[in-house]
Amino acid sequence: MSLLEHMDTGQASAGKTSAVPTENDRPLVELSHVEKHFGKLHVLKDINLKVNKGEVLVVVGPSGSGKSTMCRTINRLETIDSGTIRIDGQPLPQEGKELANLRAEVGMVFQQFNLFANKTILENVTLAPVKVRHMSKKDADDLGMDLLARVGVESQAAKMPSQLSGGQQQRVAIARALAMQPKIMLFDEPTSALDPEMVNEVLDVMMKLASEGMTMICVTHEMGFARKAADHVVFMADGRILEKGTPEQFFDHPQTDRAKDFLSKILTH
Amino acid sequence: MSEFLQLFTQYNIIGAFWVNIQLTLWSALFSLILGVLLLMMRISPISSLRGLAGAYVEFFKNMPLTIIMVFMVLGAYAQLKLTFSDKFVVNFFWLAVTGLSLYTAAFVCESLRSGMNTVPLGQAEAARALGLGFFQSATEVILPQAFRGSVAPLGNTLIALLKNSTVAAAASVATETSSLMSTMIEFHANSIVGIFLIFALGYIILIIPIGLLTTALSNKLAVRR
Ligand SMILES: Nc1ncnc2c1ncn2[C@@H]1O[C@H](COP(=O)(O)OP(=O)(O)O)[C@@H](O)[C@H]1O
Ligand SMILES: [Mg+2]
Repeated sequence: MSLLEHMDTGQASAGKTSAVPTENDRPLVELSHVEKHFGKLHVLKDINLKVNKGEVLVVVGPSGSGKSTMCRTINRLETIDSGTIRIDGQPLPQEGKELANLRAEVGMVFQQFNLFANKTILENVTLAPVKVRHMSKKDADDLGMDLLARVGVESQAAKMPSQLSGGQQQRVAIARALAMQPKIMLFDEPTSALDPEMVNEVLDVMMKLASEGMTMICVTHEMGFARKAADHVVFMADGRILEKGTPEQFFDHPQTDRAKDFLSKILTH
Repeated sequence: MSEFLQLFTQYNIIGAFWVNIQLTLWSALFSLILGVLLLMMRISPISSLRGLAGAYVEFFKNMPLTIIMVFMVLGAYAQLKLTFSDKFVVNFFWLAVTGLSLYTAAFVCESLRSGMNTVPLGQAEAARALGLGFFQSATEVILPQAFRGSVAPLGNTLIALLKNSTVAAAASVATETSSLMSTMIEFHANSIVGIFLIFALGYIILIIPIGLLTTALSNKLAVRR
């Protein structure tokens, strides 16, 4: 069964009602000339990026290069100093209800899972559909169980997050984000906090999602995933995008010394 | 011994404790409501609200309770004409509850804030990322976890409140324990140790279960991460 089944109707109608430019000739996510400082630290420097509908973008780069910050600016968990970010053609709203609506359309999966510790697994998935989308409890439960089944943790629905393994928790976190029927999913090092034997169960879910046409931005150093799933790879260092290309171009023929150096480090272990 | 028992028939000691328990329960209720409000102001995105709540907490944390109680009678009642009832006794009771609630709310807020510090930032970020607003994130995710992380300090605040309720004597609540104790000592100076022990024991009997209960609750409700 498709992970995205619930999204089909939503996207079709969105396509029909959208204004003159069709979905295909404008990027779903567009960052242009984005700048960001943390105090004196210049973390994002002239970031320009386009991600089209259905595209999977993998972001790699050394620690501290600004990958997480870039991800977080896309649903405005971090504000930017200058430049523009557009989702589906719309500039990011400032605050309030519109911002909440935008966030609901951008799913985010964190390194530390961040499942709500006071809610059961099923409640984690149904909370936002009920509170933000005003879905009935019954419909939300059905949707929740469906999504949990698709990520393979439906038998855990009544448990608390702390009772699950890291891999299971991260799959629940993906289901929780999908329950809002997002247009795009952001993954910030989703497997970095996992024991090695649990990495694949999460990557498998992400692979499935990618193959079903979900638009995804993934910060990850999982080369296997990047080669199989990514349409493009972006390499960041010191707050700048230094390279962008297909996985083959980037991994097999990196252009810059920084990228060559970086790849030699992650490939030797 | 017989004189000792006579004290119980001559004075309404149980009734005096009941007054302190009532003062405590009402003040606990109102200070909890006010404390939660203060906490939500302190974590709100609006900086003027944060400042206001911060100032409130600092003010009442650093103000001796006796002064607040005296102010309730001489300031709020005598000067500002704050009245709850035509009956003197009832009126002073509620003035005392008001003073205790205003004072204790600052400590409730601080207790909840210490519980809040046990909630990882990621919980609020995940809630925001899903499109929940400030109020929804607070009530569904952050406050329930903060409550469960602050059972122990809230228990201590409740114990302090029960003991502080004796300061209601300063607000002319004449029927409560410390006022009654003074009266009894005045008329039975030779039983002073016995009288003191009666009241000391009464408070110990009331307070020990609160301590045990909050410790047990605190362990039971602790958020597993
Ligand atoms: N909230 C913050 N306040 C100050 N500095 C921060 C904050 N978040 C990240 N940084 C700094 O910004 C830089 C980029 O961080 P980050 O985006 O997390 O990098 P990456 O995800 O690529 O490791 C780092 O130097 C980090 O220390
Ligand atoms: Mg990071």
